[in-house]
Amino acid sequence: MKQQPDHHPDQLVIRGLHVAVEGQEILKGVDLTIGRGEIHALMGPNGSGKSTLGYAIMGHPSYEVTAGTIELVAADGTRRDLLAMEPDERARAGVFLAFQRPMAIPGVRLADFLRHAVTNVRNPERKEGQELMPMKEFRSELKAKMSELSIDSDFARRYVNEGFSGGEMKRAEILQLAMLQPRFAILDETDSGLDADAVRLASQSIARIGGAGGDAASGADAMGILIITHHEQLLEHNVPHRTHVMLGGRIVESGGAELAAELHKRGYERIRAAYPDAAAAERAMEESTRNTEAAGV
Amino acid sequence: MTTAAPKPPAPTPALTGFDRPLLDGMLAGSSLPDWAVGLRRDAVDRLAALSLPGRGEENWMRTDLRMFQPRAWVAAAERTAPAAGAIPAGLLESATQGAAAVAGTGAFGGRIAALDGHVVRDELDPALAAQGIVFGAPERILAEHGERFRSRWFSAVDSSADWFAAMHAAFHRAGAVLWVPAGVRLTAPLHVLSAITPGGLDTSHVLVVLEEGAEATVLTETVGGGDAGSDGGLHCGATEIVVGRNASLRMVNLQNWSRGVWHFARQRATVDAGGRLQWTLAALGSRLSQVQQDVALVGRGADAQVNGVMFTEGRQQLVYNTLQHHMAPGCHSDLLYKGALQDRSRLVWRGMIKVDKAAQKTDGYQRNDTLMLSREARSDSIPGLEIEADDVRCTHGATSGRVDEEQIFYARARGLTADEAARLVVAGFFQQVFDRITIPPVREALSAAIGGRIRRVS
Repeated sequence: MKQQPDHHPDQLVIRGLHVAVEGQEILKGVDLTIGRGEIHALMGPNGSGKSTLGYAIMGHPSYEVTAGTIELVAADGTRRDLLAMEPDERARAGVFLAFQRPMAIPGVRLADFLRHAVTNVRNPERKEGQELMPMKEFRSELKAKMSELSIDSDFARRYVNEGFSGGEMKRAEILQLAMLQPRFAILDETDSGLDADAVRLASQSIARIGGAGGDAASGADAMGILIITHHEQLLEHNVPHRTHVMLGGRIVESGGAELAAELHKRGYERIRAAYPDAAAAERAMEESTRNTEAAGV
Repeated sequence: MTTAAPKPPAPTPALTGFDRPLLDGMLAGSSLPDWAVGLRRDAVDRLAALSLPGRGEENWMRTDLRMFQPRAWVAAAERTAPAAGAIPAGLLESATQGAAAVAGTGAFGGRIAALDGHVVRDELDPALAAQGIVFGAPERILAEHGERFRSRWFSAVDSSADWFAAMHAAFHRAGAVLWVPAGVRLTAPLHVLSAITPGGLDTSHVLVVLEEGAEATVLTETVGGGDAGSDGGLHCGATEIVVGRNASLRMVNLQNWSRGVWHFARQRATVDAGGRLQWTLAALGSRLSQVQQDVALVGRGADAQVNGVMFTEGRQQLVYNTLQHHMAPGCHSDLLYKGALQDRSRLVWRGMIKVDKAAQKTDGYQRNDTLMLSREARSDSIPGLEIEADDVRCTHGATSGRVDEEQIFYARARGLTADEAARLVVAGFFQQVFDRITIPPVREALSAAIGGRIRRVS
């Protein structure tokens, strides 16, 4: 894939996306367009396919795209096909996924990991073996970001996610988001496992990093953010321009911030009743998962 | 019996070619003291009665010697000293990554280098010599200071243990002798390089003696040889370490032979009361390695830390037998071997903690972790305890794992390529043992050397 460092995408465009895992279709035709500077909330019951969408955008090898497109579209209309890229090429093209369950990498310090990541993402043309970002420059930037996010300075010396509490893992993801400054970020339940204060801090941090919330202090170009969440709190400082509801592998309804508030308050009963086909697909997926588990696969 | 596969004919002693006439030819014109010549002649007589170790022997049952032909290396033993111009410059300088790294941070206190068993460099900083430190090639040191080393020479290693031990005792050449007088603290590291050309033979012998309260750091490296068959090479060496009371030694042995070299090494250290030994073995090269690494804690409160860093690939086969022998009370030993295996390589570690009846209050630990980078690689970890004292704490552990695809994806999602991700995960695996190596340039050189070898994880 030829790199196009001067390609400045304005939109992440997903059309008719079907994704299967181990032969089972999870996403059944997803359409979604996220512009720079926009916040989208993606809600839906467990198992509806929200995380699958995140993995598919990032290019996880176990998530097979069977139909549809994911593209980065620039203001001048030029397009880059994300599906033709390896996961690391997608990261270098400006796409970021905050993992719901980040992986531990024992023996690798968070700072070293991030230095590799930042170097590659900022120099998409970098060849392997070429110099990393100068240590001094990297350290001072990291220190500044950590202090902005109220993260302890010894955090960077710890091994990536090893022995981290749930909250620490999520903060490490937010720190990486802050350092990498992607164009589009998918935050997969970055609030799960956090107490109320921690969620508020995460919400503020994301708003600051994304440049779309109350204080765009970072001065960076605003990100397009897809927030996958079950809770309203994370959205407190990140009021969504659009809220989408996923059910049975499809986005069945979209609305504004008020939709997120409604779902948070009332749950998904109205949605299930309004979209019986998607609700049936949800039940079928649950059934299939149960059978697979029962068969010990 | 009728269905048994035909056994390869065990080489009868007379056929190996490492015999008395060969030895006499080698000793012609030597200035070794008579006692040292006597030890060699005894050894060649023992050798005549020995055949190669068979798979029935516990320490050798996982070592495949079928393709090993001792006779093929006799001609290499007869090679004369290389002309100065014939020494491949790169072999003695750039190939020694660890040496280059150390040289970048501070000069060595002394350097010895041998090529195909012939000493080509033998230097010691005169300021260190003035402190009474003795360091040099064994042939010269034994000729000059013979009596001082008579009781030490071949006192730690068993020269009758097997064919390789006896062969080494008879035919050893080059290596190093280091003697640090009581109370002398040597801060500059000393470097011992054994290099061979393709098809070459190295039988280096290293003896390190630290008297009471002395301190030293020694790096040994082996490099060179060829990549296959008769162009490979043979190392049949031994290392003896004597750490005196309250003395402290940091020893690093980097085995970085080419991939066609047979490597047989017998190494033993004794640590006296209050003495400390940090001993790191790193192995990257060779076709087949069989290493016996023993540490004996002979005085109260002696301490030994043993580190192993192994990276294997291709069809390499590395076998390590380790012994932590607690002979005195209140001693501490801690062994950590870590190996990463690529391709169809094989790594065997068989470790023993032996605690004598007298060694009460022993604290012994051994651990072996392996990381499999391919499905065809194979590792064996066989820890063992043999305890006769009743008030001891001895534990062991072993893990074997593979690089997790989810780890690789996580790193790639942050912009690292698949190769960078794999290298980082492997580097992380070794970090725990690197953290223990208190010589940063060695750590960095090893890390770089391993990083350069990791290919895409399959």
